[in-house]
Amino acid sequence: MATALAATNHVAMSDLKGKVDPDWCPGCGDFGVLAAVQKALVDLQIPNHNVVTISGIGCSSNFPGFINTYGMHTLHGRALAVATGVKLANHELTVLVTGGDGDGFGIGGNHFVHSMRRNVDLLYLVMDNQIYGLTTGQTSPTSRLGMKTKSMPFGSVEAPVNPISLALAAGATFVARGFSAEQKHLTELIKQGIQHKGFSFLDVFSPCVTYNHDNTYQWFRPRVKKLEDEKGYDATDWMAAMGKSLLWDDEIPIGKFFERTDVPTLHGAEPVLDAGPLIHADIRIPKDVTRTFIEELM
Amino acid sequence: MGKTFAIGIGGAAGQGVATPGDIFAKIFSRRGLHLNAYNAYQSIIRGGHTFLTIRTGPEKVTNMGDRVDLLIPLNQDAMDRHLGLLTDGAACLYNSETIKPGIAAQGVQLCPLPVSKLADVTRNKVAQNTLAVGAGLSMMGIGFQALEQVLAEQFKKKGEAVVSENIGIARAGYDYAGANFQPFAWPLPMTANRYAVLSGNIAMAMGGAAAGVKFYCAYPMSPSTGVLHWMAAHARKAGIMVRQVEDEIGVVNMAIGAAHAGVRSMCATSGGGFALMTEGLGLSAMMETPVVVIDCQRAGPSTGVPTKTEQGDLWQMLGAGFGDYPRAIAAPLDIGDCFKLIPEIFNVADRFQCPGIVLCDLLLSEGRLSVDPKDLDFAAPIDRGELITDAPETSASNGDGVYKRYRITESGISPRAVPGVPGHTHTAASDEHDEDGVLISDEFTNPTKRRAMMEKRMRKVVGIEAAVPPPVLWGPRDADVTLIGWGSTKGVIEEACEILTEQGIPANQLQIRWLVPLHGDAILDILKGARHTIIVENNFSGQFARYLRSETSFVPDGHIRKYDGEPFMPHHIVEAVKEQLGGKSKLSVPAHEILV
Repeated sequence: MATALAATNHVAMSDLKGKVDPDWCPGCGDFGVLAAVQKALVDLQIPNHNVVTISGIGCSSNFPGFINTYGMHTLHGRALAVATGVKLANHELTVLVTGGDGDGFGIGGNHFVHSMRRNVDLLYLVMDNQIYGLTTGQTSPTSRLGMKTKSMPFGSVEAPVNPISLALAAGATFVARGFSAEQKHLTELIKQGIQHKGFSFLDVFSPCVTYNHDNTYQWFRPRVKKLEDEKGYDATDWMAAMGKSLLWDDEIPIGKFFERTDVPTLHGAEPVLDAGPLIHADIRIPKDVTRTFIEELM
Repeated sequence: MGKTFAIGIGGAAGQGVATPGDIFAKIFSRRGLHLNAYNAYQSIIRGGHTFLTIRTGPEKVTNMGDRVDLLIPLNQDAMDRHLGLLTDGAACLYNSETIKPGIAAQGVQLCPLPVSKLADVTRNKVAQNTLAVGAGLSMMGIGFQALEQVLAEQFKKKGEAVVSENIGIARAGYDYAGANFQPFAWPLPMTANRYAVLSGNIAMAMGGAAAGVKFYCAYPMSPSTGVLHWMAAHARKAGIMVRQVEDEIGVVNMAIGAAHAGVRSMCATSGGGFALMTEGLGLSAMMETPVVVIDCQRAGPSTGVPTKTEQGDLWQMLGAGFGDYPRAIAAPLDIGDCFKLIPEIFNVADRFQCPGIVLCDLLLSEGRLSVDPKDLDFAAPIDRGELITDAPETSASNGDGVYKRYRITESGISPRAVPGVPGHTHTAASDEHDEDGVLISDEFTNPTKRRAMMEKRMRKVVGIEAAVPPPVLWGPRDADVTLIGWGSTKGVIEEACEILTEQGIPANQLQIRWLVPLHGDAILDILKGARHTIIVENNFSGQFARYLRSETSFVPDGHIRKYDGEPFMPHHIVEAVKEQLGGKSKLSVPAHEILV
């Protein structure tokens, strides 16, 4: 997503420290994601008052409270809808949406699909731990087939959603996957996602050390392979991205799957915003215009 | 309200009921006449039966009335349904080649039009409609020029040939009626006034524009969709961002997002869509982000009767969302008020940083009324409350940390900084939070802080009550009966009071506009002198009566209710009042005689 680089003062890591420390379990993957986001904002020198971090509900959705930007901790599954409103009202803001797999792909699935096809200019960062954590360990939309949880004690019989394929199919213009344990790589993806003009989807493996005993750091480490290391991988090739998105088990690609820059953003496609953000518009409509509204009715 | 004249046009959907209706409406309003139009229709694009009533007169026409003076049935079905309801002095214009009249009452003039002899029906499929318009205007004593002008405007886009063809057909009908039918006893007068004719949906959309709404979003749902249509059509001229969203959950949350970023933000729906929005309303209250939601009520529950009116959503509005939170709920009293109310409720929502709910209904949303253009005031006061939209550029950091988004104040109102303002970063949360926005669940839940924040938010209720005027009694102070209504029934109750008073039963009216805050003490004060009180409402269970009792312990002497999907007509109320004053009943449910 695009951002207005209006920094006049230096942005430091300390500026981005939240009022309270994260209350995630020790070892939670979300710590790494938070650090990567803060580092990315420092690298890009975006002043914190021009950033809005918006989340839904869940462990990872507590994120806005742990970073010092404008924040909105909204309803379960609704962060993208709220974020779309924020962006359209003031498109000069950098909008980050954070949340988990249950929040985004379960209860928020409808908004996820539609926000992507609209190409809303924001970065959607999903801390995907394949489990419901804050409700103490139930099956999530990305839990693997056969995974045993409190809600499916005999193993899930439902195929998981594939967030990368889904995002590609729904028209996301930037699709990437990170791993919380790969800090530098993740920071780079976040920076690219922030700078991309349009909907940037970043699915991050963020292991739940308390409730998911299947998809652990140890499980991911030997499997993840960076697309950036693969010679000849072309992230502008949608078909290739779709092919890569289907890989799982022995080899799981991380990195930028896909990006296209030729699609207008939602705010860019609306002539109403040509004169600048709505927040700066005169609250009154000119009299000669309102007169025509009444004349139509006579 | 003085003398009126009503036209009823009936036919199948797709037969062209709307066009003659529009033509009559335009001619009446340009003649300086008031009008009120109501279309009874079904959820069908082609077929079924629709019946449009347009009532006009030199004084304000507050409802559809009891009587049709001119019936234009466009098919046999419409003739069969409505002819029997005409009374002395009325007339019925019909295509004598396709429709057979039934038995009409004494004094009803049957006016057969030999359509194929007057127009080339092979070329013009709606020739019968145009002939009837011409004939009808002739009988009302209106000069042909007015019609010629409206037809020229109506068909301008289709070219000169179509214009002259239609004028020719209309002229044939006009002349035929002049030669063959008896004109109406009351030729329609003319005044120097000029009115705008609009629906409640258009009025609310324009009211939003007047209030400074910059963001409007919706999911289509009858009968609220007209708001979206006006907004979408005028968005670019008005500088309003209009979005159609995937569902009403997305709608309310998107609206809250835009409001949080600092613009006035509005959405409209009907009961079913509102049900999906309720969690979002709680979010608006908890984050203290003002948003205005319009509910255009239709007959429920569930999908219900999508094209029919009801006042059945009151308790849904009162109880929308879990937990206690301040809100404002108001029901517009007529279509003009649909416009006026929007800037008012935005000022309340903005000042008190809470959701505002407009409780409209199909009768107003889709009905049409003549309104003095002066009453469509685009310069209505705008009060955005304690909103911080800019601050001197200090540093990229949060500065000295003095700003507390949810600062505890006596009024309960905490100054609201919008994203982008340096030095005011904070998190707005749906979770309970402390003054500085930190979730209390993040640092040990704390009963003292929780209590303080609840009391801070709920203190705003006192301010809201003071900001909103109490209701007033309309009509003679000394009356035999006081009729109590809310919202859209104002016009019909007003006319019922006039009729009752004329018939020797002095009646007055208490019409409630602000439902929350209710001003219970003021209401009790008004009602304490009343001899006989009856609550009139368009629902089954007496939702307002139950609400009034819960807030004030007031119990009325009787109830008049209707829940058949159609609005009250004056005689329904008049007859029910007489029945109740005669001690026959305490609950009247008038039958709707017109089968629509």
